[in-house]
Amino acid sequence: MIEALHNVQAPGGVQAQAVYHLWLLLLAVCTIVFVAVMAALALALRRARRAGAETRPRVELPERGEPAVVRAVVIGVAVSAALLLGLLGASVYTSRTLAGMPLTDALHIALTAHQWWWEARYDDPAPSRIFLTANELHVPVGRPVLLTLRASDVIHSFWVPSLTGKKDLIPGREAMVTFRADHAGVYRGQCAEFCGYQHAKMALFVFADEPEAWQHWAEGQLAPAAAPRTALEARGRELFETGTCAMCHAVAGTLAGGRHAPDLTHVASRATLAAGAMPNDVAARTAWILDPQAIKPGVNMPATRLAPEDAAAITAFLGSLQ
Amino acid sequence: MSSVGAALPGSADDASTAGRAGPRRILDGAGRDSAAARALERTWSDKPGVLGFLRTNDHKRIGRRFVVTAFVFFLLAGALAAIMRAQLALPDSHLVGPDLYDQLFTMHGTTMMFVFAVPVMQGLSVYFVPLMVGTRNTAFPRMTQCAYWVYAVGALTFWIAFALNTGADAGWFAYVPLTGPQYGVGHRADLWNNLVNFTEAMGLMVAVDIATVILKMRAPGMSLRRMPLFVWASLVASVMIIFAMPSVMLAANLVSFDRTFGTHFFNPAEGGDALLWQHLFWFFGHPEVYFIFIPALGFVSTIIPVFARRPMFGHDAVVMSLIATGFLAFGLWVHHMFATNLPELGKSFFTAMSYMIAIPTAVQIFCWIATLWTGRLNLRVPLLFVLGFFFIFVIGGLSGIMVGSVPLDLQVHDTYFVVAHLHYVLIGGAVFPLFGILHYWFPKLTGRMLDERLGRWQFWLFFVGFNVAFFPMHILGLQGMPRRMYTYAAETGWGPMNLVATIGAAVIAVSVLLFLINVVRSWLHGERAGDDPWGADTLEWSTRSPPPPYNFAALPVVTSRQPLWAPRPPDAPTHVSGLSAEDREGLVTTVLDALPDVRYSYPEPTVWPFVAAWAVYAWLFWSGLSSAGMFWGLIPPAIAFIGWYWPSEKETTRQILLDKRP
Amino acid sequence: MKNAYRMRSAIVALAVLATLYGCERERRDFSPTPSGATAIKSMRMSDLLPGGSDKTLAVANRYDDNAYALAEGKRLFHWYNCTGCHGEGGGGSGPALMDNVWIYGSESANIFATIVQGRPNGMPAFGGRIPEKEVWQLVAYVRSMSGLVSSQAAPNRDDAMQAKKPESEVQRQRPVDVSTPRP
Repeated sequence: MIEALHNVQAPGGVQAQAVYHLWLLLLAVCTIVFVAVMAALALALRRARRAGAETRPRVELPERGEPAVVRAVVIGVAVSAALLLGLLGASVYTSRTLAGMPLTDALHIALTAHQWWWEARYDDPAPSRIFLTANELHVPVGRPVLLTLRASDVIHSFWVPSLTGKKDLIPGREAMVTFRADHAGVYRGQCAEFCGYQHAKMALFVFADEPEAWQHWAEGQLAPAAAPRTALEARGRELFETGTCAMCHAVAGTLAGGRHAPDLTHVASRATLAAGAMPNDVAARTAWILDPQAIKPGVNMPATRLAPEDAAAITAFLGSLQ
Repeated sequence: MSSVGAALPGSADDASTAGRAGPRRILDGAGRDSAAARALERTWSDKPGVLGFLRTNDHKRIGRRFVVTAFVFFLLAGALAAIMRAQLALPDSHLVGPDLYDQLFTMHGTTMMFVFAVPVMQGLSVYFVPLMVGTRNTAFPRMTQCAYWVYAVGALTFWIAFALNTGADAGWFAYVPLTGPQYGVGHRADLWNNLVNFTEAMGLMVAVDIATVILKMRAPGMSLRRMPLFVWASLVASVMIIFAMPSVMLAANLVSFDRTFGTHFFNPAEGGDALLWQHLFWFFGHPEVYFIFIPALGFVSTIIPVFARRPMFGHDAVVMSLIATGFLAFGLWVHHMFATNLPELGKSFFTAMSYMIAIPTAVQIFCWIATLWTGRLNLRVPLLFVLGFFFIFVIGGLSGIMVGSVPLDLQVHDTYFVVAHLHYVLIGGAVFPLFGILHYWFPKLTGRMLDERLGRWQFWLFFVGFNVAFFPMHILGLQGMPRRMYTYAAETGWGPMNLVATIGAAVIAVSVLLFLINVVRSWLHGERAGDDPWGADTLEWSTRSPPPPYNFAALPVVTSRQPLWAPRPPDAPTHVSGLSAEDREGLVTTVLDALPDVRYSYPEPTVWPFVAAWAVYAWLFWSGLSSAGMFWGLIPPAIAFIGWYWPSEKETTRQILLDKRP
Repeated sequence: MKNAYRMRSAIVALAVLATLYGCERERRDFSPTPSGATAIKSMRMSDLLPGGSDKTLAVANRYDDNAYALAEGKRLFHWYNCTGCHGEGGGGSGPALMDNVWIYGSESANIFATIVQGRPNGMPAFGGRIPEKEVWQLVAYVRSMSGLVSSQAAPNRDDAMQAKKPESEVQRQRPVDVSTPRP
């Protein structure tokens, strides 16, 4: 579909970077400890003589005292405790770094998780500049982003591995996550808390655009739906407003005002459909509309019986919603 | 060494009370083939047939039942894992749809944790603790007998529900609101709540029994300092169970109330909190992995001294570590909740506690290595499994240090990294020692040896297969693959590692099959084992293989930590005598030094615990589904417990006759 | 030992038999077409017929016993704003749905026709707006509001502020057909 980064070991932003450094430290220390313990075990196996069930057990050893062994074990435990203390310090230090990311001029996005899609509301002090989108975030490179996280039904979890650690979205609670994308590109995220049938296909794409490109995108999102240019698109719009689509979906600038499903005002500008389940092309759009359950069984969108020409019209209309 | 018996004061053998006891009884205390032993055999044997099967409260039969039943469910849950791995081997696979897959991973996790791991550990404790402490039965045999049936019937119900498309489908930790009244559609979550009630009731009953027999019924002379390490592990695990299990029973019942009665414990709109579930569940859930793991530590501490031909190095340190682990385990639970919106500083406290618990574990590992280093090694299959445990568990423990750090956990929580970690610690830390101890104890359980060659093949296949299956999952987690996904897209790049993991799973399946073949063949035709084929040090090896129903013809007197190895002081008695061989009598001793205290009459076998188990089952099942069941369903247990506790004139008369006036 | 083996075999056989009878309550139907029901174009409201009588349309809505469909119906009842006129079933500008009074009949086919065709005095016609399968889910849910479906399959309380007793606790109300609209 689209090339996207989704690797803890390929950070694209400052938060993921801090965690990546901690990961490297932990990996190094744990590998060394593992090798040391296995080496001790291997040495023990090598040097100990072999015996059988009838070999006399040396019960006298503990009473005799084994000062060298005691010393070795005590040193081992002390070194382990010291390493653990050090790692604890590194962990707390990283926690504080993550919490201390500067938030000047942060972009505020209110993310609400639904079964099984992401609703994003770009907030702004001026209410007329607030807009809605779904399943795809665009953020400017280098600018901090503050996400307010809510869930509308069950527990979900927002996770974009290359940008930041995850945060659960719990109904009745409001959480926050901050990140900053430092490199332009596409980052893939996914819901990371089991939330029902389509938990596996609840992805989220974060596009980190250069600031001017992002501004251009945001202005585009603020505009209402483009007017239909062809008769087919007009027919599609009519079907959209008078058929099943408008019962759940909204397209700003038309009669469709449903708030229960993703906002489709600019659906054609998105790279994927159905929370990252399909590429956003004509064939996928048509297949999705006719029977979403075949692609994401259990999803809340019903199958719609449409004549082929009507399906083509709606698809064309949606394709015009840049 | 001549066998010198010490007559118990107040027993019918005691000269000071001669003549007052009534007709002379045959007493225990003499050798194996004596009249006393034959009388003991008559007294302690169960009737044959179905009635004997249902009425028995012999801890060995009950313990064996636990182990066999747990293994049946281990195989069933393993089969589900195989199906999951088949589904995930390739991207965009259509083998299994999301609804079935959700049930598969939930049934797999719930079965492995509740229905296999805890019962198998408890079952082995039920079988071996009385033998290791030198007594004839557990303290409350009828309660353990009842516990088995509650467990077996409850687990069976859970799986029959799965067959009826009502299998739990919200994960083994069943978070609300997904299992709440709105989103937990149908009765699947109710069946999960029921299973929790059944298995936790079983766990509590067995834990109380084990803790009591360990504290109060050890052989004379087995002071706490002379107690075997497996017995310590069973004690710590049992006390942990008593404190932790009520939390999950409470949580499951609160959800049950929300679902059945419309209460609002987890409804944020009416003052409840979805996070409450997580706290209550994980307050149990974290200790739970330790009461699976601590008995396994006991297994390792049992095998190593025998196969290194020396007492455990740092025995006292290992005991202290077990106790410390038991305590610290209760302070870790929030590390399962690092991704929630709890305060960050508080979360770091739980990182500190999670790191702290690594220290007693490290102490034990170093003591074990020291024992091996300074020992003479008998490299048989039980020791092989212990070596496998070292490799795998240390990796699991170290990946635990990684996930215990809040910032890193925020990246790997709920991903395949955690799946890898938990399988490394649970399979490495519990299943490997379990297979080792089964190879070790098989002769005692059945009187035959398991085949050594098949055992080695099983070990190597399991070891290699396990690492091939689960190591790639660390990488998958880092590459962004979350848990509980029924499928994934090809462009994520997760395909190759998943395929490798599936191949490893297939190898594991072959190793388990080899184990089954080994067990069946050896049970029927295996090499016969004597009392003590391994040259071991603990008391269970001083009696026949398998032990007679009465365990010991005379209760032994213990004078050291290694009763079968260490030389006895010349004037110390080898056993105590004077308990009646015609009644089921045992000895209660003091807690610290195991001095003989009072004589104890074990309850006779009866079918009431079996009946009561069904009555309790019916009540719990019915109340999970309807409000009426909560109250009317109490009638069967009331009847059953009244029947159970109704005094029997015959028993009371016998006990009065056995009593001695001071 | 042999008796124990026989007992265990019997249990296994029972379990196998049980799988053959599925469980309607727990079925999750993700197919595009509704199960066990066909579209109702119109419903007769009167028993008086000229000429001979034809066979009555026997429509069984399998969703009456299906927990998933009832839960979906409850969700759709809110999503499609049925609550706007009917409240949570107590009525408002529209009639109450949780009582035993049914102006146009309480059978599944009647309710289906009501939703699809609309009714005088304010009930919109949702035919063509709500897919058939979802209408049947709504039909089942509406029936559950007065206890006409299996209480084991009926939905429990929502995770929201409570406006009424959950449908699973509602006593069955015997429907009273009222053919003339209430004043």
